[in-house]
Amino acid sequence: MPEDSSTQKAVREEHIRDAVIRLAGNSQDGIQSIGGFLARLAGRSAQEVMTYMTIPATISGGPSIFQVRMGTGEVLSAGDEADFLLAFYQHSYENHIGFLKEGGVLLYDSDHVEPDENDNRFVKVGVPISALTVEALGGSSREKGKNLFALGLLARIFKLDVAKLREIFKERFGSKAEDVLRNVNLAFDAGFSYPIDNVLDRYYNFQQEGEYEGPQQVTMDGNTALTLGLIAGGVRHGAGYPITPWSTIMEMLRQQLPKYNGVFVQAEDELAAAAMAIGFSYAGHLAVTGSSGPGISLKMESLGWATMAEIPLVVVNIQRGGPSTGLPTNVEQSDLLQAIYGSHGDCPRVVIAAQNVEDCFYSAREACEIARKYSVPVFVLSDMSLASRIEAFDEPDLEALMIEPTLDTEDRSADFKPYDLERITRHAPPGAWIEGGVFPQVTGLEHDESGHPSANPQMHAKMMRKRREKIQKLADELPASQIYGDEEGEVLVVGWGSTWGPIRETVIRERDRGRRVGHLQIRHLNPLPNDLGEIFARFEKILVVEMNDEGLYGQGQLATLLRARYCNPAIQSLCKTDGLTFKIKEIMRGVEAVSPSHAPSK
Amino acid sequence: MSTTSTPVKAERGVLTKKGLQADHPTWCPGCGDFAVLAAYYKTLEKLDLPQQNIVTLAGIGCSSRFPYFVNTHGGHFIHGRSLPFASGVSLGRDDLHVFVFGGDGDGFSIGGNHLDHAGRKNFNLTYVIMDNFVYGLTKKQTSPTSPQGFKSKTDPWGAFDRPTNPMRKILSSGATFVARTHATQIKHMMEMYERAAKHEGFSVIEVLSECVEFNKGSFDEAIPRKGGKFEIIDETEHDVSDMPAALALAEEQWPGRFGVYYEAKNEPTKNKLERDLIEASREKVGHKSDKALLAQTFASMR
Repeated sequence: MPEDSSTQKAVREEHIRDAVIRLAGNSQDGIQSIGGFLARLAGRSAQEVMTYMTIPATISGGPSIFQVRMGTGEVLSAGDEADFLLAFYQHSYENHIGFLKEGGVLLYDSDHVEPDENDNRFVKVGVPISALTVEALGGSSREKGKNLFALGLLARIFKLDVAKLREIFKERFGSKAEDVLRNVNLAFDAGFSYPIDNVLDRYYNFQQEGEYEGPQQVTMDGNTALTLGLIAGGVRHGAGYPITPWSTIMEMLRQQLPKYNGVFVQAEDELAAAAMAIGFSYAGHLAVTGSSGPGISLKMESLGWATMAEIPLVVVNIQRGGPSTGLPTNVEQSDLLQAIYGSHGDCPRVVIAAQNVEDCFYSAREACEIARKYSVPVFVLSDMSLASRIEAFDEPDLEALMIEPTLDTEDRSADFKPYDLERITRHAPPGAWIEGGVFPQVTGLEHDESGHPSANPQMHAKMMRKRREKIQKLADELPASQIYGDEEGEVLVVGWGSTWGPIRETVIRERDRGRRVGHLQIRHLNPLPNDLGEIFARFEKILVVEMNDEGLYGQGQLATLLRARYCNPAIQSLCKTDGLTFKIKEIMRGVEAVSPSHAPSK
Repeated sequence: MSTTSTPVKAERGVLTKKGLQADHPTWCPGCGDFAVLAAYYKTLEKLDLPQQNIVTLAGIGCSSRFPYFVNTHGGHFIHGRSLPFASGVSLGRDDLHVFVFGGDGDGFSIGGNHLDHAGRKNFNLTYVIMDNFVYGLTKKQTSPTSPQGFKSKTDPWGAFDRPTNPMRKILSSGATFVARTHATQIKHMMEMYERAAKHEGFSVIEVLSECVEFNKGSFDEAIPRKGGKFEIIDETEHDVSDMPAALALAEEQWPGRFGVYYEAKNEPTKNKLERDLIEASREKVGHKSDKALLAQTFASMR
């Protein structure tokens, strides 16, 4: 691009459907907050938004990125390639330029970045971001605020709604010292008033589909949505131990629950956290514990007890790359089999997986309902990518969804038995008087109906069946599976958890090019819905897409389960463990591999 | 296997020994644990608490069969984690009286870390460690309190690891009531239980309870009728609020002294501190309903 400002050109306005903007810098630069502002702005506009971020595993500093995809119409994934790259440092430029699509715009801090002069694939726009921020804020050499300067630039380039942005600043910084908000606005204004049209010959404008008239939108990340789902589900007690990426849930619960007459305890370790949560539940308050990979392993003995003693409990696993300490800040879906089978013995429990940020709220709430109704531990699986990703979604209708917790210490009749073989266990918590004057025992030993130890093999078989059958009953009550796209045809793409977005976008593209493809995202993983076999029979191939290893026998974890249950050789597996979310083109390649298209693609 | 004899009905508001009895204990004849149980019945009778609000919990070990023998709400949890489990019960319900029973394996070995933290946090509950210096349920392995030279199946030549000093360990946990007693001294045991039960905070009692099967005679030096000495702490001389003095008692030569080593009367419990936090938080949000509060959080995310 000519840097000579004397060559005046007419500034064009270009209408776009969506844009992927990647911001690359260091973790202390406040890149996440620019991303957060953009996401919140989109949530308040007619635009859809999805973000993607990485945080370094190091304690402070280190490279960090935040990616925002904003657009008109449904935004389903964070995008395979960026239209815009904003690079704060040379390493940001070097590490991420490969992600910028040809013809895309490279916006860089010319105080720190020297792009390759010979590379003419991109529109290169250098702005002395550091120096101008320091100038705007009056001499602080610490360059703090350059994130807001950059946001000002973006607001100008994308014709963002500045009034709404200022409202968001005010909400975020209004409660702090007066000069904080002033500095925020100064830095933003400096960026916004930079004569960017001297170096960039067009503005971008998101196509408007009229003013947004749907339900009120809220904008948050997956861990926040999950936490609020637990509160809506009536959880007021819990215990945890810090581990990435679960920690933000426990932090929020610790801060929020006292307002709701509740308690969240930071326990001395994962073992204690699980035991304490079970203690709360035994005392009559449905409780939560949670963690990520390594911490979940430590909880397994207690969780087995909760199945055996039939205690309701919600267990959250924000999955990360494993095994062992693994990749603490990367995404993976390799804890499915652990969630289902990770405790010793035949230990049935419920596992559900959230498919996007909005569903983090609904899955958590549903887990609370199931745990109470079936008196059983329920796993909610989320993952690193959902944990920190920000999305906008319809504000939940609390009038319909709020579950008020109750403590049931009503008297029980003389025939009360904690482990009645004729019905699903509903415990009498301490404080409840039993008319017969015989109090219940709750235990991890195999027991009779009163909870007293029994090593009678027939009793063991009966109790085993009791614990299994209630989970099978849940399967009978699950809603019918929803297929998107073709109800029958060439390929059914099956996923679970956060692969929902990329799979949906893949299926849309495949159908656009004339292929008969459907999408089924399985939310209930244990028990599985009863209608899957009949659905699978309607497709030539079933491609199960998951972010885990293909294992010893060539199938991912869900694919293994589905093959075992349906003995259907049409079930094929697409796995990966590169620590990143699926790209659309990766899934499209997977579809092509199991079902080659006859017609040339457009 | 349990002998499910038809338990005598307990009557509401009338707490009797008969109403407290449940399964017949499975312990070996002569086991010290029978006396620990008998003293528990008697203490509960004396305290006359509402029976439905008493909770008897345990971990794993011979001693931890305890809840099945007591007709109260009971929970038999996993090895080593009875304290965090009981802490959840206590913290969740201020109306309950929570008693936890366990052995030296539960308390000083597999669950040792939980003792430190339950002490530090001062949960309102009573923990009775029935210490027999041996793993009995698994038939004679070295325990954390087995003395040096103790011959077990895992140390047939005599144990050489230094044993845990139980009283020092409990005192350093920060427990706000720490006492020591002996299963052969029913009255003393009852007095310790009663004071522990009435103590506001985390109260811990070490009860020497002999394993007649695998560690017979281990506590004879503290049994007068076997020529030993049961020396009770004279509280006119020992100030129970004096931690250095309590620690000095813990360092005394075997068999040491019995009674209350330490009691901190005004240390707030975690139960109270969390309750205060709840009250302050409720005040701050204007005692709004749960639904209104959550709606407000969503509104801030528009």
